[in-house]
Amino acid sequence: MSLDRRKLLVRKEIDKTSVNQANRDDRGDHKLVLQHVHKVFHHGRSSLSVLDDIHITVNTGAFVTLIGPSGCGKSTLFNIVAGLDTPSAGEIILDGDVNGVRAGKVGYMPQAPSLLPWRTVEENVLLGLDVLRRPRVQARKQAQTMLKQFGLNEFAQHYPATLSGGMRQRVALLRTILFNQTLLLLDEPFGALDALTRLSLQMWLLDVWQQFHASVLFITHDVREAILLSDRIYVLSARPATVLRMVEVDLPRPRQRDYLAYPASVALEQELLDLLMKEQRI
Amino acid sequence: MKLRDLANFGPAAVLALAIITLWEVSVRSGAMSSLVLPAPTTIVQALMDNWEILAGHTVQTCLETVLGLAIAVVLGLLFAILIDLSAWIRRALYPLLVISQTIPIIALAPLLLFWFGFDIGPKIIVVVLYCFFPITVACVDGLLETDRDLMRLMHSMHASRWQILWLVRLPGALPSFFSGVRIAATYSVTAAIFGEYVGAYQGLGIYMENSANAHVIVLVFAAIVVTALLSLLLFSFVSLLEWLALPWSQGRSVWKEMEKATSRRKVS
Repeated sequence: MSLDRRKLLVRKEIDKTSVNQANRDDRGDHKLVLQHVHKVFHHGRSSLSVLDDIHITVNTGAFVTLIGPSGCGKSTLFNIVAGLDTPSAGEIILDGDVNGVRAGKVGYMPQAPSLLPWRTVEENVLLGLDVLRRPRVQARKQAQTMLKQFGLNEFAQHYPATLSGGMRQRVALLRTILFNQTLLLLDEPFGALDALTRLSLQMWLLDVWQQFHASVLFITHDVREAILLSDRIYVLSARPATVLRMVEVDLPRPRQRDYLAYPASVALEQELLDLLMKEQRI
Repeated sequence: MKLRDLANFGPAAVLALAIITLWEVSVRSGAMSSLVLPAPTTIVQALMDNWEILAGHTVQTCLETVLGLAIAVVLGLLFAILIDLSAWIRRALYPLLVISQTIPIIALAPLLLFWFGFDIGPKIIVVVLYCFFPITVACVDGLLETDRDLMRLMHSMHASRWQILWLVRLPGALPSFFSGVRIAATYSVTAAIFGEYVGAYQGLGIYMENSANAHVIVLVFAAIVVTALLSLLLFSFVSLLEWLALPWSQGRSVWKEMEKATSRRKVS
């Protein structure tokens, strides 16, 4: 155990320096950069460190995924990026703006679809435009175009209660995109779906992402999902979360389902799973 | 309404019919004096014979009830939003609202008469006092039940407090609000009659009192029948409004909810 632990620590250090290196080397167009982000929750006299020196870079138009053991603080990280919470220390640079107001500038999609049961699909999709006080006629037109483009127009006048789980997630995603399509924060959007629905939604998401040239920060537990979707994967440790590894996935785009069967993908999947299993045990 | 929904009322109709028959038979057979308890058929006959006088009183009571209920709805909503708005207002207002419900109306009604006279005013006040509270409580509960993920979503959109209230929380609280209004509606007719009972120029309450004083028990019963019908009518009207206002929950009826609750109990 102690030997394992030491090995892991060494590896962690090496990986951390390489991550920092990567952050410095990327002189490309950064949509979002997190530097030295810490988060400590205080509860009375006790305190709980959730995020420990997180470094993450999302290039413009890139699909970046965070994977980590459950309860490692990924959702806290998302809350901070979405402007719902503040970091205890560190910098969050969105569009070059250091620690500015982020609420209203990102498209955040919570884990549950959280659709409004009293609004039809079309009205749910344009919720963000209502918040932005866009005229209703214009908003409706935008929502209709979007629904048609992504094959949901026949459900436009349905209420969410009549939709399947997969459909609800699609509607929630379109709502997010219609509000802000430059940076999408997707918190395990497909976690609650069955395997087949999940696969079809993954391909659908890639389609949507490519049409909008959005930058995406995506949370998942599923290593295969991460490999299939991402340009870059950050592996987080158990709490307090820190970046264990950063992996660039260079499978060709547009992605096909069978890329997961490539030897390189299988090897990567095994490697990432090994890394995560160790975290799960500790 | 579908046939199955109608069938739901079957047991209630059978039970009511059985009670009425038993009542009729026991009076007709002489087991019960018709002076103390008139037979149902006699009551209906009296109701029809005196309808022209009763109608005027009914309209008066109706007016008081509807006006009072309308004011109670506005007040109830207003209080709910104020209570929800800040912890300070909640701490200041909530105890006062609860105290307002502890005032015995039986003591207050003569005072209202003394202050405001025999007109419609004091009756409306009694109706409002009875009705606003269930609406406020139901509405506050509804507002508190807002989904936390939805709140996070709205905050991430940088929505203002009023936008969150208007777009998410108030529509979400509407089902609770209507439950409150339904309770209030069943109280409201009785409240109006109570207000009239202590003193009025017109209304079912004063009609009942006068009939009772003249020992014409059958007319008291006739007025009671009208009161029950009015309450039922008002209740149905509120349910209809709810059905129209919440098209998204039209599959959900009170009956279905109750059935779901019983089947859940059976399982556990």
